[in-house]
Amino acid sequence: MARLLEKLIPHPFLSVLLIIVWCLLTNAVHLANVLLAVFLGIVIPLITAPYWRDRPRPLNVIKLVGYIFIAIWDIMVSNLVVTWLILTRPSDKLRSHWLVIPLDIKRPETIAILAGTITLTPGTVSADLSDDGSYLLVHAIDSADPRADAQEIKDRYERRLKEIFE
Amino acid sequence: MIDTLLQFAAVTCLAIGAFFTLVGAIGLLKFDTPMKRLHAPTMVSTLGVGAFLVASIIDSFATGSGSLREILIMAFLFVTAPISANFIAKVHMHRADCNRPPRPGSRIWATYDTDEADQPAEEAA
Repeated sequence: MARLLEKLIPHPFLSVLLIIVWCLLTNAVHLANVLLAVFLGIVIPLITAPYWRDRPRPLNVIKLVGYIFIAIWDIMVSNLVVTWLILTRPSDKLRSHWLVIPLDIKRPETIAILAGTITLTPGTVSADLSDDGSYLLVHAIDSADPRADAQEIKDRYERRLKEIFE
Repeated sequence: MIDTLLQFAAVTCLAIGAFFTLVGAIGLLKFDTPMKRLHAPTMVSTLGVGAFLVASIIDSFATGSGSLREILIMAFLFVTAPISANFIAKVHMHRADCNRPPRPGSRIWATYDTDEADQPAEEAA
């Protein structure tokens, strides 16, 4: 029974996500909609299974939700910081710097999420990866100490992502 | 009573969104280098659009037909917005519109990993 279930739903997280997205897309929770959502949530992972590069690993969902809340909080705080910078600081007084962040995370998906979080936080934009994927290049609009800021990004985001995905 | 409060909350969200969109536009005009300018629109695409969508959700619940589709818009926007910012940053690096970034240890940045002819002017010289 358990093996049959694993064959039928090889990627439970994707199935649940598809069901939620379908319900949001149709914008109404009727029985017919939910049934169709469940159907899609089962069929789409089965059809796309051959294209996965490796088997999905179990995610730490609680830590993932925590990470999302931390990211949203940081986005709001740095929005206010950058607003203050834009309104009060002349352009030539901004100490904009490149930050070079050595990466401990290896999986491309994790690096993509880290780079996305950094870009979504106003004040920092992730610009590039080194050719072997071991360094991330970030541009910061105003940084008093580039080394400390790079270390803070590592401590705050990368450590958590490493716990969730790797 | 509750309707008035919800409408008030929706209007407040619209005002917040409009404010951050305006500040983002001011930043885009005010800053002097392309890389600094790149930072202003990230505010518009996060808190600006986010506040508008929250206003839309509140309004839809206030007028009866609740809608949560906006969460999906936000999710897709948060996934796609960094990609365009990343591409713009790469173009600036290629055109040498910005300071050359420090080398990553003994490696090179992927953007500069190109044929001789495509190297930015600074390096070719």
